[in-house]
Amino acid sequence: MMQIKNRSLVSITDYSKEEILRILDIAEGFEENQRQKILSDYVVATLFFEPSTRTRLSFESAVQYLGGGIIGFASADVSSVKKGESLKDTILTVSNYSDLIVMRNPMDGSARYASEVSPVPIINAGDGANQHPTQCLLDLFSIRKTQGTLDNLHIAMVGDLKYGRTVHSLVQALSLFNTTFHFVSPESLKMPSSVKTWVKKAGLEYHQYTEFKEVIPIADILYMTRIQGERFPDPLEYEKVKNAYILDNAMLKNSKDSLKVLHPLPRVNEINEDVDNNPKAYYFQQAQNGVYVRQALIAAILGLK
Amino acid sequence: MKDKRTELKVSAIRSGTVIDHIPANTVFQVFKILGLQNSTNQVYFGTNLDSQKYGKKGIIKISGKCFEEKEISKIAIVAPTATIIEIDDYVVTKKENVHLPEHISNIVKCFNPKCVTNHQKVPTAFDLIKDHNGKMKLLCNYCEKTMGQENIEFI
Repeated sequence: MMQIKNRSLVSITDYSKEEILRILDIAEGFEENQRQKILSDYVVATLFFEPSTRTRLSFESAVQYLGGGIIGFASADVSSVKKGESLKDTILTVSNYSDLIVMRNPMDGSARYASEVSPVPIINAGDGANQHPTQCLLDLFSIRKTQGTLDNLHIAMVGDLKYGRTVHSLVQALSLFNTTFHFVSPESLKMPSSVKTWVKKAGLEYHQYTEFKEVIPIADILYMTRIQGERFPDPLEYEKVKNAYILDNAMLKNSKDSLKVLHPLPRVNEINEDVDNNPKAYYFQQAQNGVYVRQALIAAILGLK
Repeated sequence: MKDKRTELKVSAIRSGTVIDHIPANTVFQVFKILGLQNSTNQVYFGTNLDSQKYGKKGIIKISGKCFEEKEISKIAIVAPTATIIEIDDYVVTKKENVHLPEHISNIVKCFNPKCVTNHQKVPTAFDLIKDHNGKMKLLCNYCEKTMGQENIEFI
């Protein structure tokens, strides 16, 4: 196992299975005791070049529970980027003011580039359509917590599997844990072949469906995603599928007792609100787990855990 | 006639480089990536020549020029079967097949318009990988998208 200390996290594949499990173990400690002021001598920069509510607030909440200082911006409009500053210059400048940089940027690959030029570690909080590794870690944390293990599970992913970056990273990470995958999507939003190749190379099974109902009884986890209308070149095509992947409470009747429903949020209408009170609904706790996982990651990268 | 010639001979060059066994349909691509259209050296080329090994092939001969590693990497990407032959005073001094490098830096552009390399001053970097059909693909080290040969644009 390489050291996590002082290493950037750009893509979930930067971490080995052992490193992922180590972060999840540290996160469990923060779940038990969230307020540990171990970061009181540290400053974390959160550079959000595009808006984000959940991710930015949960990172800032994580830093504050750890007692650290935060600097940064929540939109490129208020930074020197507007004046034409290069990403490299912004990163080099901010690295003088902070011990760790959390960055979201709309350019694909920007986090890898930032990690190459930055003297302090970078945590990728989303680089365009590419990677969002802390979402992946919190998904893994949520799956392990609710199922007691990450090994040998049946994971069903539903909705937009073509463009949804969270499902791609999650498949890569779960491929380390002997998962059986069930991909449910309209024909036009199927899982890309590069991701399916990843599953095959790991020697694992995947099954593809366009019908939603048949996977519910066999799934341990139902990972729901939003189907965005703007993804469809033909609006008629969207109209045809938009209601085909909506989960309601009655559909969960024949599911396993241990099933949990996850969603990276925000949801629009893909999970009916009548599911919210079902004990199998886990998406809001999932968002809460994001704070523990981000606390763990920050603490580990700064060498404090 | 016992010494009837059955193949087209392109003039021999005294010193320079012969690029042989180019897939016939990529001769002009190789020509372009090496910038030979602007060369002041003598350049001969032929395409759709008979080849025992490949059926049809192309060949390019350039007088008074040897190619650097970076240029040979470019040739390998569009013409992976090519052979590079260096000639000095009509004697072959070096003959080797091109090798696809595992990694290339700042040779081709990323086809993803949202990739950071198309917006900031970042040298591009790709790993050369094979997809499940054995076809060569380029994996961008930044945006992590893979592109096929049809999308390759040289810098």
